[in-house]
Amino acid sequence: MNHAEDQPRVASKAKLRLDPKTGKKVLLSPEKGLVLNGSAEKILGLCDGQRSFQQIVTELAQAHGHAQEQVERDTAAFLDQLAERGLIEGWSR
Amino acid sequence: MNAGAAATSSEAASTETPVFDRIYTLVAELTYRCPLRCPYCSNPLDYQARKDELGTEDWQRVLREASELGALQINLTGGEPLLRQDLEQIVAEAARLDAFVNLITSGLPLERERLAALKQAGVNSVQVSIQGPDEASSDRMAGTRSFQHKLQVARWVKELGLPLTLNFVLHRENLNRVAEIVALAEELSADRLELANTQYLGWALSNRTALLPSRAQLDAARLVARAAKERLKGRMEILFVLPDYYSDRPKACMSGWGQRYVVVTPQGLALPCHLAQTLPNLTFENVRDRSLSEIWFESASFKAFRGEAWMPEPCKSCERRSIDYGGCRCQAFHLTGDATQTDPVCSLAPTHGLIQAARSNVAAPEVLIPLRYRGAREARG
Repeated sequence: MNHAEDQPRVASKAKLRLDPKTGKKVLLSPEKGLVLNGSAEKILGLCDGQRSFQQIVTELAQAHGHAQEQVERDTAAFLDQLAERGLIEGWSR
Repeated sequence: MNAGAAATSSEAASTETPVFDRIYTLVAELTYRCPLRCPYCSNPLDYQARKDELGTEDWQRVLREASELGALQINLTGGEPLLRQDLEQIVAEAARLDAFVNLITSGLPLERERLAALKQAGVNSVQVSIQGPDEASSDRMAGTRSFQHKLQVARWVKELGLPLTLNFVLHRENLNRVAEIVALAEELSADRLELANTQYLGWALSNRTALLPSRAQLDAARLVARAAKERLKGRMEILFVLPDYYSDRPKACMSGWGQRYVVVTPQGLALPCHLAQTLPNLTFENVRDRSLSEIWFESASFKAFRGEAWMPEPCKSCERRSIDYGGCRCQAFHLTGDATQTDPVCSLAPTHGLIQAARSNVAAPEVLIPLRYRGAREARG
Protein backbone atom coordinates (compact mmCIF):
# COMPACT_ATOMS: atom_id res chain seq x y z
CA MET A 1 0.00 0.00 0.00
CA ASN A 2 1.41 3.37 -1.01
CA HIS A 3 0.50 5.97 1.58
CA ALA A 4 2.65 8.84 0.32
CA GLU A 5 -0.30 11.04 -0.68
CA ASP A 6 -2.54 10.06 2.24
CA GLN A 7 -3.54 12.90 4.55
CA PRO A 8 -4.34 11.12 7.80
CA ARG A 9 -6.27 12.75 10.61
CA VAL A 10 -7.83 11.64 13.89
CA ALA A 11 -11.25 10.14 13.10
CA SER A 12 -14.26 12.27 13.88
CA LYS A 13 -15.43 9.58 16.28
CA ALA A 14 -12.29 9.95 18.39
CA LYS A 15 -11.00 12.67 20.65
CA LEU A 16 -7.37 13.43 21.41
CA ARG A 17 -6.79 15.08 24.76
CA LEU A 18 -4.41 15.36 27.64
CA ASP A 19 -4.94 13.16 30.67
CA PRO A 20 -4.00 15.57 33.47
CA LYS A 21 -3.51 12.68 35.91
CA THR A 22 -0.61 11.25 33.88
CA GLY A 23 0.50 14.14 31.67
CA LYS A 24 0.07 11.83 28.67
CA LYS A 25 -2.14 12.24 25.63
CA VAL A 26 -5.02 9.82 25.28
CA LEU A 27 -7.04 8.97 22.21
CA LEU A 28 -10.62 8.53 23.34
CA SER A 29 -13.37 6.73 21.44
CA PRO A 30 -16.63 5.10 22.52
CA GLU A 31 -15.89 3.11 25.71
CA LYS A 32 -12.14 3.10 25.00
CA GLY A 33 -9.02 5.08 25.65
CA LEU A 34 -5.56 4.59 24.22
CA VAL A 35 -2.66 6.04 26.15
CA LEU A 36 -0.12 7.41 23.67
CA ASN A 37 3.61 7.21 24.21
CA GLY A 38 5.83 10.10 23.16
CA SER A 39 6.39 8.90 19.60
CA ALA A 40 2.72 8.16 19.05
CA GLU A 41 1.82 11.60 20.33
CA LYS A 42 4.28 13.26 17.95
CA ILE A 43 2.91 11.33 14.99
CA LEU A 44 -0.71 12.14 15.77
CA GLY A 45 0.25 15.76 16.37
CA LEU A 46 1.18 15.96 12.69
CA CYS A 47 -1.87 14.06 11.43
CA ASP A 48 -3.94 17.14 10.77
CA GLY A 49 -5.59 16.09 7.50
CA GLN A 50 -3.45 18.68 5.68
CA ARG A 51 0.03 17.18 5.75
CA SER A 52 0.65 14.21 3.49
CA PHE A 53 2.14 11.06 4.93
CA GLN A 54 5.30 11.89 2.99
CA GLN A 55 5.54 15.26 4.73
CA ILE A 56 4.82 13.75 8.12
CA VAL A 57 7.61 11.21 7.72
CA THR A 58 10.06 13.85 6.52
CA GLU A 59 9.28 16.14 9.44
CA LEU A 60 9.59 13.35 12.00
CA ALA A 61 12.86 12.09 10.52
CA GLN A 62 14.37 15.57 10.48
CA ALA A 63 13.19 16.43 13.97
CA HIS A 64 14.72 13.31 15.50
CA GLY A 65 17.64 12.62 13.18
CA HIS A 66 16.34 9.13 12.36
CA ALA A 67 16.61 7.36 9.03
CA GLN A 68 13.69 8.21 6.76
CA GLU A 69 13.00 4.55 5.91
CA GLN A 70 12.83 3.47 9.52
CA VAL A 71 10.50 6.34 10.43
CA GLU A 72 8.29 5.57 7.47
CA ARG A 73 7.98 1.92 8.41
CA ASP A 74 7.22 2.56 12.09
CA THR A 75 4.79 5.39 11.40
CA ALA A 76 2.89 3.39 8.79
CA ALA A 77 2.64 0.43 11.15
CA PHE A 78 1.24 2.64 13.91
CA LEU A 79 -1.28 4.30 11.61
CA ASP A 80 -2.34 0.90 10.27
CA GLN A 81 -3.12 -0.17 13.82
CA LEU A 82 -5.21 2.91 14.42
CA ALA A 83 -7.00 2.54 11.09
CA GLU A 84 -7.90 -1.03 11.97
CA ARG A 85 -9.68 0.34 15.03
CA GLY A 86 -11.30 3.09 13.00
CA LEU A 87 -9.43 5.78 14.91
CA ILE A 88 -7.96 7.64 11.94
CA GLU A 89 -9.38 8.75 8.61
CA GLY A 90 -7.70 9.64 5.35
CA TRP A 91 -5.53 6.51 5.42
CA SER A 92 -5.78 4.08 2.49
CA ARG A 93 -6.41 0.45 3.25
CA MET B 1 10.60 5.29 16.95
CA ASN B 2 8.66 2.57 18.67
CA ALA B 3 5.37 4.38 18.46
CA GLY B 4 2.72 2.65 20.40
CA ALA B 5 -0.30 2.86 22.50
CA ALA B 6 -1.47 0.89 25.45
CA ALA B 7 -5.12 0.20 26.01
CA THR B 8 -6.47 1.77 29.17
CA SER B 9 -8.91 -1.07 29.40
CA SER B 10 -7.18 -3.27 31.90
CA GLU B 11 -6.85 -6.50 29.96
CA ALA B 12 -3.35 -7.11 31.15
CA ALA B 13 -2.75 -8.00 34.73
CA SER B 14 -0.38 -5.68 36.47
CA THR B 15 2.19 -6.96 38.87
CA GLU B 16 2.46 -3.56 40.54
CA THR B 17 0.39 -2.81 43.59
CA PRO B 18 -2.65 -0.96 42.28
CA VAL B 19 -3.22 2.46 43.77
CA PHE B 20 -6.87 3.24 42.98
CA ASP B 21 -5.99 6.90 42.82
CA ARG B 22 -8.38 7.93 40.08
CA ILE B 23 -11.37 6.96 37.99
CA TYR B 24 -11.58 6.69 34.20
CA THR B 25 -15.30 6.58 33.58
CA LEU B 26 -18.35 8.09 35.21
CA VAL B 27 -21.59 6.27 34.49
CA ALA B 28 -24.31 8.82 35.10
CA GLU B 29 -27.71 7.16 35.42
CA LEU B 30 -29.78 10.29 34.93
CA THR B 31 -33.15 8.67 35.56
CA TYR B 32 -34.68 5.23 36.04
CA ARG B 33 -37.72 6.29 34.01
CA CYS B 34 -37.89 4.59 30.60
CA PRO B 35 -40.50 4.06 27.88
CA LEU B 36 -39.18 0.53 27.36
CA ARG B 37 -39.93 -2.45 29.59
CA CYS B 38 -37.07 -4.83 28.74
CA PRO B 39 -37.08 -7.98 30.86
CA TYR B 40 -33.28 -7.79 31.26
CA CYS B 41 -33.11 -4.17 32.38
CA SER B 42 -30.02 -3.38 34.47
CA ASN B 43 -31.91 -1.05 36.80
CA PRO B 44 -32.81 -2.43 40.23
CA LEU B 45 -36.09 -4.33 40.61
CA ASP B 46 -37.39 -1.72 43.03
CA TYR B 47 -36.54 1.24 40.80
CA GLN B 48 -40.07 2.61 41.08
CA ALA B 49 -39.62 3.13 44.81
CA ARG B 50 -36.56 5.25 44.19
CA LYS B 51 -37.68 8.80 43.59
CA ASP B 52 -36.22 12.27 44.09
CA GLU B 53 -33.84 12.55 41.14
CA LEU B 54 -30.80 14.80 41.30
CA GLY B 55 -31.34 18.23 39.77
CA THR B 56 -29.45 19.87 36.94
CA GLU B 57 -26.94 21.67 39.13
CA ASP B 58 -26.26 18.58 41.20
CA TRP B 59 -25.45 16.63 38.04
CA GLN B 60 -23.24 19.39 36.70
CA ARG B 61 -21.33 19.41 39.98
CA VAL B 62 -21.01 15.60 39.91
CA LEU B 63 -19.54 15.85 36.41
CA ARG B 64 -16.99 18.41 37.60
CA GLU B 65 -16.08 16.23 40.59
CA ALA B 66 -15.73 13.19 38.33
CA SER B 67 -13.49 15.12 35.97
CA GLU B 68 -11.28 16.23 38.85
CA LEU B 69 -11.11 12.62 39.94
CA GLY B 70 -9.77 11.71 36.49
CA ALA B 71 -12.84 10.72 34.47
CA LEU B 72 -12.11 10.92 30.75
CA GLN B 73 -15.32 9.26 29.65
CA ILE B 74 -18.80 10.23 30.76
CA ASN B 75 -21.61 7.83 29.93
CA LEU B 76 -25.04 9.40 30.13
CA THR B 77 -27.53 6.63 30.62
CA GLY B 78 -30.58 5.63 32.64
CA GLY B 79 -33.35 4.47 32.35
CA GLU B 80 -33.77 6.71 29.40
CA PRO B 81 -31.63 9.88 29.64
CA LEU B 82 -33.73 11.61 26.97
CA LEU B 83 -36.54 11.86 29.52
CA ARG B 84 -34.47 14.48 31.31
CA GLN B 85 -35.53 17.85 29.93
CA ASP B 86 -32.19 19.26 31.09
CA LEU B 87 -30.09 16.68 29.20
CA GLU B 88 -28.65 19.39 26.94
CA GLN B 89 -27.37 21.34 29.96
CA ILE B 90 -25.83 18.22 31.46
CA VAL B 91 -24.16 17.35 28.15
CA ALA B 92 -22.83 20.88 27.80
CA GLU B 93 -21.11 20.69 31.17
CA ALA B 94 -19.55 17.33 30.32
CA ALA B 95 -18.32 18.76 27.03
CA ARG B 96 -16.92 21.84 28.77
CA LEU B 97 -14.84 19.45 30.88
CA ASP B 98 -13.50 17.96 27.63
CA ALA B 99 -14.81 14.49 28.50
CA PHE B 100 -15.75 12.00 25.82
CA VAL B 101 -19.54 12.09 26.09
CA ASN B 102 -21.42 8.88 25.29
CA LEU B 103 -25.19 9.11 25.09
CA ILE B 104 -26.64 5.68 25.81
CA THR B 105 -30.25 5.61 24.76
CA SER B 106 -33.26 3.58 23.64
CA GLY B 107 -33.87 6.28 21.03
CA LEU B 108 -37.27 7.13 22.53
CA PRO B 109 -38.56 9.79 22.66
CA LEU B 110 -36.34 11.62 20.19
CA GLU B 111 -36.77 13.83 17.19
CA ARG B 112 -34.05 14.84 14.77
CA GLU B 113 -33.95 18.43 16.01
CA ARG B 114 -33.24 17.41 19.57
CA LEU B 115 -30.52 15.03 18.47
CA ALA B 116 -28.92 17.88 16.52
CA ALA B 117 -29.15 20.07 19.64
CA LEU B 118 -27.49 17.34 21.71
CA LYS B 119 -24.70 17.10 19.18
CA GLN B 120 -24.34 20.86 19.31
CA ALA B 121 -24.17 20.65 23.12
CA GLY B 122 -21.24 18.23 22.87
CA VAL B 123 -22.33 14.60 22.58
CA ASN B 124 -19.41 12.64 21.06
CA SER B 125 -21.10 9.33 20.36
CA VAL B 126 -24.53 7.75 20.52
CA GLN B 127 -25.33 4.20 21.53
CA VAL B 128 -28.78 3.03 20.52
CA SER B 129 -30.19 -0.17 21.96
CA ILE B 130 -32.24 -2.41 19.69
CA GLN B 131 -33.93 -5.48 21.12
CA GLY B 132 -33.98 -7.76 18.07
CA PRO B 133 -33.24 -7.95 14.33
CA ASP B 134 -36.83 -7.28 13.25
CA GLU B 135 -39.90 -5.44 14.41
CA ALA B 136 -41.69 -8.37 15.99
CA SER B 137 -38.77 -9.66 18.04
CA SER B 138 -37.51 -6.23 19.06
CA ASP B 139 -40.90 -4.91 20.10
CA ARG B 140 -41.62 -8.12 22.01
CA MET B 141 -38.50 -7.67 24.15
CA ALA B 142 -38.89 -3.91 24.53
CA GLY B 143 -42.48 -4.44 25.64
CA THR B 144 -43.53 -1.53 23.48
CA ARG B 145 -43.60 -0.49 19.81
CA SER B 146 -40.22 1.04 19.24
CA PHE B 147 -38.26 -0.78 16.51
CA GLN B 148 -39.10 1.47 13.56
CA HIS B 149 -38.34 4.62 15.51
CA LYS B 150 -35.01 3.20 16.68
CA LEU B 151 -34.00 2.63 13.06
CA GLN B 152 -34.93 6.21 12.29
CA VAL B 153 -32.85 7.46 15.21
CA ALA B 154 -29.87 5.36 14.11
CA ARG B 155 -30.08 6.94 10.64
CA TRP B 156 -30.24 10.43 12.13
CA VAL B 157 -27.16 9.70 14.24
CA LYS B 158 -25.22 8.89 11.06
CA GLU B 159 -26.70 11.78 9.08
CA LEU B 160 -25.55 14.16 11.77
CA GLY B 161 -22.05 12.75 11.56
CA LEU B 162 -21.97 11.17 15.00
CA PRO B 163 -20.44 7.75 15.62
CA LEU B 164 -23.12 5.12 16.05
CA THR B 165 -22.92 2.16 18.39
CA LEU B 166 -25.74 -0.36 18.27
CA ASN B 167 -26.26 -2.48 21.34
CA PHE B 168 -28.11 -5.78 21.19
CA VAL B 169 -28.57 -7.85 24.30
CA LEU B 170 -28.32 -11.51 23.33
CA HIS B 171 -30.38 -14.31 24.83
CA ARG B 172 -32.09 -17.60 23.99
CA GLU B 173 -34.63 -15.99 21.67
CA ASN B 174 -32.22 -14.05 19.44
CA LEU B 175 -28.84 -15.82 19.63
CA ASN B 176 -29.73 -17.81 16.51
CA ARG B 177 -30.20 -14.52 14.67
CA VAL B 178 -26.81 -12.88 15.08
CA ALA B 179 -26.26 -12.92 11.29
CA GLU B 180 -29.45 -10.87 10.83
CA ILE B 181 -28.38 -8.52 13.60
CA VAL B 182 -25.02 -7.95 11.91
CA ALA B 183 -26.80 -7.34 8.58
CA LEU B 184 -29.04 -4.75 10.21
CA ALA B 185 -26.04 -3.03 11.78
CA GLU B 186 -24.35 -2.94 8.36
CA GLU B 187 -27.47 -1.51 6.75
CA LEU B 188 -27.48 1.23 9.38
CA SER B 189 -23.72 1.84 8.91
CA ALA B 190 -23.02 1.36 12.60
CA ASP B 191 -19.44 2.14 13.60
CA ARG B 192 -19.63 -0.26 16.47
CA LEU B 193 -21.82 -3.23 17.32
CA GLU B 194 -22.10 -4.57 20.83
CA LEU B 195 -23.40 -8.10 20.99
CA ALA B 196 -23.80 -8.34 24.72
CA ASN B 197 -24.93 -11.61 26.18
CA THR B 198 -27.39 -11.14 29.01
CA GLN B 199 -25.90 -10.69 32.44
CA TYR B 200 -28.16 -12.62 34.81
CA LEU B 201 -28.75 -10.09 37.53
CA GLY B 202 -31.77 -8.05 38.55
CA TRP B 203 -34.56 -8.29 35.99
CA ALA B 204 -32.60 -10.74 33.86
CA LEU B 205 -32.11 -13.08 36.81
CA SER B 206 -35.84 -13.13 37.40
CA ASN B 207 -36.26 -13.98 33.68
CA ARG B 208 -33.38 -16.42 33.50
CA THR B 209 -35.41 -19.41 32.34
CA ALA B 210 -36.76 -17.40 29.44
CA LEU B 211 -33.40 -15.90 28.49
CA LEU B 212 -30.63 -18.41 29.18
CA PRO B 213 -29.37 -20.06 25.96
CA SER B 214 -27.77 -23.46 25.45
CA ARG B 215 -24.06 -23.84 24.92
CA ALA B 216 -24.67 -25.05 21.35
CA GLN B 217 -26.63 -21.90 20.56
CA LEU B 218 -23.96 -19.74 22.06
CA ASP B 219 -21.09 -21.46 20.25
CA ALA B 220 -22.85 -21.12 16.90
CA ALA B 221 -23.50 -17.42 17.51
CA ARG B 222 -19.92 -16.85 18.53
CA LEU B 223 -18.70 -18.28 15.21
CA VAL B 224 -21.03 -15.99 13.27
CA ALA B 225 -19.82 -12.99 15.27
CA ARG B 226 -16.18 -13.92 14.80
CA ALA B 227 -16.54 -14.20 11.01
CA ALA B 228 -18.37 -10.87 10.86
CA LYS B 229 -15.72 -9.23 12.99
CA GLU B 230 -13.00 -10.37 10.61
CA ARG B 231 -14.96 -9.39 7.50
CA LEU B 232 -15.83 -5.91 8.78
CA LYS B 233 -12.48 -5.04 10.33
CA GLY B 234 -11.74 -1.34 9.98
CA ARG B 235 -15.37 -0.56 9.05
CA MET B 236 -17.37 -1.80 12.00
CA GLU B 237 -16.02 -2.83 15.34
CA ILE B 238 -17.83 -5.87 16.70
CA LEU B 239 -17.77 -6.79 20.34
CA PHE B 240 -19.10 -10.15 21.42
CA VAL B 241 -19.45 -10.01 25.18
CA LEU B 242 -19.20 -13.58 26.45
CA PRO B 243 -21.81 -14.80 28.85
CA ASP B 244 -20.14 -15.74 32.08
CA TYR B 245 -22.53 -18.64 32.66
CA TYR B 246 -20.62 -20.47 29.92
CA SER B 247 -17.13 -19.39 30.88
CA ASP B 248 -14.95 -21.32 33.28
CA ARG B 249 -13.72 -18.13 34.87
CA PRO B 250 -15.59 -15.02 35.97
CA LYS B 251 -15.39 -11.58 34.46
CA ALA B 252 -13.52 -8.73 35.99
CA CYS B 253 -16.78 -7.01 36.84
CA MET B 254 -16.46 -3.24 36.18
CA SER B 255 -12.71 -3.95 35.75
CA GLY B 256 -12.58 -4.50 39.50
CA TRP B 257 -14.62 -3.05 42.34
CA GLY B 258 -13.80 0.61 42.88
CA GLN B 259 -10.91 0.58 40.45
CA ARG B 260 -11.94 2.48 37.33
CA TYR B 261 -15.65 3.27 37.37
CA VAL B 262 -18.13 5.19 39.44
CA VAL B 263 -21.84 4.79 38.81
CA VAL B 264 -24.06 7.55 40.15
CA THR B 265 -27.73 6.60 40.41
CA PRO B 266 -30.60 8.97 39.59
CA GLN B 267 -30.97 9.66 43.31
CA GLY B 268 -27.28 10.41 43.78
CA LEU B 269 -25.88 7.22 45.29
CA ALA B 270 -22.27 6.68 44.23
CA LEU B 271 -21.71 3.00 43.45
CA PRO B 272 -18.91 0.75 42.21
CA CYS B 273 -21.42 -0.95 39.85
CA HIS B 274 -25.02 -0.57 38.70
CA LEU B 275 -26.50 -3.03 41.16
CA ALA B 276 -24.21 -2.60 44.16
CA GLN B 277 -27.06 -0.99 46.08
CA THR B 278 -28.76 -4.39 46.19
CA LEU B 279 -25.95 -5.80 48.36
CA PRO B 280 -26.61 -6.02 52.09
CA ASN B 281 -24.43 -4.65 54.89
CA LEU B 282 -22.98 -1.89 52.75
CA THR B 283 -23.92 1.73 53.10
CA PHE B 284 -23.52 3.69 49.91
CA GLU B 285 -23.07 7.40 50.15
CA ASN B 286 -24.86 10.13 48.30
CA VAL B 287 -23.23 12.82 46.20
CA ARG B 288 -25.62 15.25 47.87
CA ASP B 289 -23.76 14.67 51.15
CA ARG B 290 -20.14 14.14 50.16
CA SER B 291 -17.94 14.85 47.16
CA LEU B 292 -17.24 12.08 44.70
CA SER B 293 -13.59 12.25 45.65
CA GLU B 294 -14.29 11.76 49.36
CA ILE B 295 -16.56 8.85 48.53
CA TRP B 296 -14.01 7.26 46.20
CA PHE B 297 -11.12 7.48 48.62
CA GLU B 298 -12.82 7.17 52.02
CA SER B 299 -16.13 5.39 51.71
CA ALA B 300 -16.16 1.96 53.37
CA SER B 301 -18.39 0.67 50.59
CA PHE B 302 -15.80 1.44 47.92
CA LYS B 303 -13.09 -0.16 50.03
CA ALA B 304 -15.15 -3.24 50.82
CA PHE B 305 -14.14 -5.32 47.77
CA ARG B 306 -11.34 -3.21 46.37
CA GLY B 307 -8.11 -5.09 45.79
CA GLU B 308 -7.58 -8.56 47.24
CA ALA B 309 -7.74 -8.33 51.02
CA TRP B 310 -11.43 -9.33 51.20
CA MET B 311 -11.01 -12.49 49.11
CA PRO B 312 -11.90 -15.98 50.29
CA GLU B 313 -10.32 -19.13 48.93
CA PRO B 314 -10.08 -20.24 46.17
CA CYS B 315 -9.59 -16.61 45.03
CA LYS B 316 -7.02 -15.62 47.62
CA SER B 317 -4.34 -17.96 46.29
CA CYS B 318 -5.53 -18.00 42.67
CA GLU B 319 -3.15 -16.77 40.00
CA ARG B 320 -6.05 -15.01 38.28
CA ARG B 321 -7.03 -12.95 41.32
CA SER B 322 -5.58 -9.77 39.84
CA ILE B 323 -7.22 -10.48 36.48
CA ASP B 324 -10.82 -11.19 37.46
CA TYR B 325 -10.83 -9.88 41.06
CA GLY B 326 -13.03 -12.78 42.13
CA GLY B 327 -15.75 -11.86 39.64
CA CYS B 328 -19.04 -10.14 40.31
CA ARG B 329 -20.02 -9.37 43.91
CA CYS B 330 -23.68 -8.93 42.99
CA GLN B 331 -23.76 -12.31 41.25
CA ALA B 332 -22.15 -13.92 44.29
CA PHE B 333 -24.76 -12.39 46.58
CA HIS B 334 -27.83 -12.97 44.44
CA LEU B 335 -26.97 -16.62 43.81
CA THR B 336 -25.37 -17.66 47.10
CA GLY B 337 -26.70 -15.10 49.58
CA ASP B 338 -23.15 -14.04 50.44
CA ALA B 339 -21.42 -11.19 48.61
CA THR B 340 -17.98 -12.27 49.85
CA GLN B 341 -18.13 -15.64 48.06
CA THR B 342 -16.21 -16.40 44.88
CA ASP B 343 -18.44 -15.66 41.90
CA PRO B 344 -20.27 -18.97 41.29
CA VAL B 345 -19.56 -18.83 37.55
CA CYS B 346 -15.98 -19.75 38.38
CA SER B 347 -15.58 -23.52 38.01
CA LEU B 348 -13.33 -23.44 41.10
CA ALA B 349 -16.06 -21.87 43.25
CA PRO B 350 -17.63 -24.18 45.84
CA THR B 351 -21.04 -22.95 44.70
CA HIS B 352 -20.43 -23.55 40.97
CA GLY B 353 -23.14 -26.23 41.04
CA LEU B 354 -25.72 -23.42 40.99
CA ILE B 355 -24.54 -22.41 37.52
CA GLN B 356 -24.31 -26.00 36.31
CA ALA B 357 -27.88 -26.58 37.44
CA ALA B 358 -29.10 -23.52 35.54
CA ARG B 359 -27.23 -24.62 32.42
CA SER B 360 -28.70 -28.12 32.57
CA ASN B 361 -32.22 -26.77 32.40
CA VAL B 362 -32.32 -24.70 29.23
CA ALA B 363 -35.38 -24.42 27.00
CA ALA B 364 -35.18 -24.80 23.21
CA PRO B 365 -34.83 -21.54 21.25
CA GLU B 366 -38.25 -21.84 19.62
CA VAL B 367 -40.15 -22.23 22.90
CA LEU B 368 -41.61 -18.91 23.98
CA ILE B 369 -41.56 -18.52 27.74
CA PRO B 370 -43.58 -15.66 29.25
CA LEU B 371 -41.43 -12.70 30.16
CA ARG B 372 -41.64 -10.69 33.32
CA TYR B 373 -41.51 -7.18 31.95
CA ARG B 374 -39.96 -4.32 33.82
CA GLY B 375 -42.61 -2.08 35.30
CA ALA B 376 -45.15 -4.85 35.67
CA ARG B 377 -47.17 -4.63 38.84
CA GLU B 378 -45.36 -7.48 40.57
CA ALA B 379 -42.12 -5.49 40.31
CA ARG B 380 -40.95 -5.57 43.88
CA GLY B 381 -37.35 -5.94 44.92
